[in-house]
This record gives sequence, C-alpha cells and structure tokens, in this order.
Amino acid sequence: MYRMKKRISTGFVHVLLLSGALLSLFPFYWMFVMATNHNSAINQVPPAFLPGNQTVENFKKVLSNVDFFGSMWNSFVVSTLTTLGVLFLCSLAGFAFAKYKFPGKNILFLFILLTMMVPPQLGLIPQYYIITKLDWLNDLKAVIVPGLIDAFGIFWMRQYISSAIPDELMDAAKIDGCSNFRIYWNIAVPMILPAFSTLAIIKFMYMWNDFLWPLVVLREESVYTIQIAIRSLMDNYVRDYGMILSGTFWATLPLVFIFLFFNKLFIDSLTQGALKS
Amino acid sequence: MNLNTDKNKMKNISIFTARMTEEKKEMVTGYLYISPFFILFTIFGLFPILFSFYLGFQKWNGLTEMEFVGWANFRFVLEDPLFWKSLYNTFIMGLLGTFPQLVVAIVLAFALNSALIKFRNFYRVSYFMPYVTSTVAVAVVFGVIFSEQESGLINVILSWFHLDPVNWTTSEWGVKFAIAAMVFWRWVGYNTIIYLAGLQSIPKELYEAAKIDGATLFQQLRYITVPMLRPFIIFTVFLSTIGAFQLFTEPLIFLGRSYREEGITVVLYLWREAFVNLSFGPASATAILLFFIIIIFSSVNVFLANRIGR
Repeated sequence: MYRMKKRISTGFVHVLLLSGALLSLFPFYWMFVMATNHNSAINQVPPAFLPGNQTVENFKKVLSNVDFFGSMWNSFVVSTLTTLGVLFLCSLAGFAFAKYKFPGKNILFLFILLTMMVPPQLGLIPQYYIITKLDWLNDLKAVIVPGLIDAFGIFWMRQYISSAIPDELMDAAKIDGCSNFRIYWNIAVPMILPAFSTLAIIKFMYMWNDFLWPLVVLREESVYTIQIAIRSLMDNYVRDYGMILSGTFWATLPLVFIFLFFNKLFIDSLTQGALKS
Repeated sequence: MNLNTDKNKMKNISIFTARMTEEKKEMVTGYLYISPFFILFTIFGLFPILFSFYLGFQKWNGLTEMEFVGWANFRFVLEDPLFWKSLYNTFIMGLLGTFPQLVVAIVLAFALNSALIKFRNFYRVSYFMPYVTSTVAVAVVFGVIFSEQESGLINVILSWFHLDPVNWTTSEWGVKFAIAAMVFWRWVGYNTIIYLAGLQSIPKELYEAAKIDGATLFQQLRYITVPMLRPFIIFTVFLSTIGAFQLFTEPLIFLGRSYREEGITVVLYLWREAFVNLSFGPASATAILLFFIIIIFSSVNVFLANRIGR
C-alpha cells in the first residue's frame, strides 16, 4: 500500500516536471517551426506543426529587411566592450573598497548600494537629453558608456575580493615594493577570475538583451542592436511571420548555444550572483 | 646621550612621515580607483535623476525654452484616464504574471528537489533556457502563439475544446493574459532555480523528523519548506515587483504602434509621452510618480512576503 502510494506520487512528480520542461522548451520548437515555414502555412487553419523547407527563403527575406549581421555585430560590440569595461572598473573599485582605507569609504559604498534601488526610468529623459547634447545619438557610445555604471558589479567584486585576498598578501607585496596598481593587476586579478566570469555573464546577457535604452538612442538602422532590428521586422504592414520568426530564431540561437555549452556556469552565475546580494 | 635621543626622534619622525605618505598614497589610490563610477554616475545617473525632478515642473519639448508650470504636469498626468488605466494594467499584469509564477516555481523546485529525480540537470537547463532568451524574442514568439487569427496556436487549441477564438491583442483580458504569459514563461524557471538553491540549503534531518512524526507532503511544504525558503521568497518577490512595474518591452512589441489601452503600462505611457508626443514635462512627472509607486509597492510586498508561513 505504502509502496503503491509512493509510486503514484513519484509518477505525479515526474509528470509535473516533464510538463514543465515541455512548456519551457515548446516555444523554441515553435519558433523553429515558424522560421522554417512559409507565411501561408503559418496562417492556415490548422497551422503547420512540423518544420518546413523555407529555412533559407525566410532568412533571405530577413536579410532584405534588416541588416541582420550588422545588428548582430553591433550587439556583440556593445555587449563585449561594456562587459570588459565593467570588469575592469568594478574590480578596481571593489578592490579599493575591500582593501584600502580612505575617509568616507563606508558612506560612499552605501551610496553605491542605494543607487541600485533607483529604477532606471527615473532619469530616462535627461539621459536622452545629455546624449543628444554630447552628439552621441545613433552612436554605440551612447549605450556603452552609460553601461559602464554598474553598482552591482562593484558590490559583487568587493564581497569577493574581501574574502578571496588575504590582507597578509597585500602587506607582503607592499614590503616587496609593489606599486598599488601592480598589486591589483599582478596579484588581485589572477585571484578573482571566478568573480570575473560571473559578472561577465550577468553583464553580457543584460547588455545583449537590453531594449528600452537602445530603442531611445539608436535610431538609425546602421547602429541597431539585434533586439531593435527584430522589433523593426514587426513594422511592416503585412506581417510575414515566417520571416519575422526566422530573424528571431537565428538571433536567439547563438546565446542559447553558448548557454547550453556552459549551462552550469551560466545558471550558477545568474542565480548565485543575485542570491549573494 | 643627548645626541642619541635626538637621533631617535629623527628616526621616529621619518618613520612617521613614511607611514603618512604610505597612508596618503593608499587614500589617493582608493579615491582614484572608485572615481570612474562616481564620475560616470554623476553625468549619466545622478544629474539625470535630479534633472527629472526639475523637469517634472517644466513645460518642455526638448527644442524650445523650458517654462515653469508648477504642478500642472502632475495634474495633467493624474487627471489623464489613460495614466490610471496604465497603472491598473501594470498592476493586473504584474499580479497575473508574477503571483502564479512564484507559486508554480516553488512547486517545481520542490519536485525537482525530491531525491529520486534523474536527469535533474536536464530539467535545470530546460527550465532556465527561457531566461536566456531576450524579452524581445519572447514577445515576438508569444505574439504569434497568441495571435488573434484562428490559426494562432492558442486559438487552435481552444477550438479543440470547441471554444471560440479569443481576440488576444484587442480584448481587455486577452491582452493582459497574453502579456502575463510572456512574463510567466521567461521567469518561472529562473525562480525555480533560485528556490531550488534555497531548498538545497534546508537540512534533510528536518524532513526526516517530520516524516517520523507522520507529517503529510503538504504539511512538510507548509511548515518546513515555506518558512525556510522565506529569504528566497522575499528576494524573488522584491525582484518581481520591481520588474512588474517596469513592464515595457512585451506590451510594446505585442501591441505594435497602436499602444492600445488594454495593454498600455506605466513605462509605455512614459515612453509614449516623451518620445512620441515629445511632452517631456508630463513624462518626467510620470517617472517621478512611478519611482514612488515602486518604492511603496516593493516595501508592501516585501512586508507581506515576510509574513508568509508565519
């Protein structure tokens, strides 16, 4: 009797988990089905449920509507440069907060934490105004430079450096006559690589998927990030869903592949990074 | 003797100055290392925030001179039925998109944590994949799944049960349900993984003791899991509340350029005032109102989450 009950509840748990997984994965399959079917097959009743043979045609239509590869490149440039910049600046600041003494340190750190609480929309309009005044409208700088502000990154780096680098090591390096920057570069940086990888994944994903701010400051097709380019596929009067979903599918694929390869690192970074704060 | 103490004094002084310069150097380096954040934040963060509060009291379209108008912008926004509609929509979609999601996430995490499960990593990866997808892509795909055509997937499924197709993009509840579904899908796995991490931090002995005492599965969930998960729940509730009030991408893509009032959210209202209507004053007033609304709601929700299972 007990065993029976247990088997039923185990079966129930499995059904639950499996349906959860199916629901999570189904939209990816559906995206692929639509990306490979002609628009007429998508719009008929019932629609196509299996992948079709329009993969190349649909993607060609994408290329004639937007600069797909240019936008992917823009997204790559924006995300990579911002991520590298954030890694450098946040680790420097985190290092200073963790290992140096200077007046006002605690208050300044508290201030940085408080800035995380402010919703980004609050300063949106003046930010846009500043970008126009700097003449950075339709320039990738407009996304990269403000993207370098990362309060969470500083917080994350400070926490990690505090526990990863012993003070004795700092003192020993100082006695050996290491300059402050060399202590950071030659001693601290190699010791905090795991913190770098976590922050890099969080930041890169955030920048790659960011939408509102690029939408406001990048208005010419030549500077579109991939998210803005996909959105512009929706603008045509007659919506060719085969074409739109083709663009969406091929734009989604690279990040999903990278995720599948490094899934443990991704999941741990994106959840533990958040949890430790 | 006298000479010697003098020498000692000299030595002390030079050690003292050496330490001074060392400390000073450290201080300067410290300030130098943190300065990029503060410089950038002053230009692209602090100044815009303060300027928003100023702009809230000005009439301005970005081109002509500003004109002080007192509380007129706030009056305009607060008397605009569309603002209230957007706030209502944001609230309803936030509720529909997050509350069921957090409940489902807890149940899934609980199931995933039961010791018998094989392929745990397969589930972890599948549940997490939506989170890696961009909000834009999610909105596009769900826009087709929730197409109001009879060929739209959800409408096809409804027809299997002999139900009428729903006008997902134009009806009051259709729009809200479709957008809530997008939020649900993208975040439920993320929260499941967060809760899973929480569950794995609960000592197994607690469950064993409860089983010996004859506690049912539900009782275990109610009296052990939920209270022990409380910090994780607070974290996700806080994050979801903030996220819900910033809902923008999904309605913008799903509704296209029509900004239909069934689905307009506060941020969409703000964005439209600013970058479509070029009314920077009312838009700034909206931003300020949103700021306070978020503060109030996230404190209330964290307070409520704090009481879960008590």
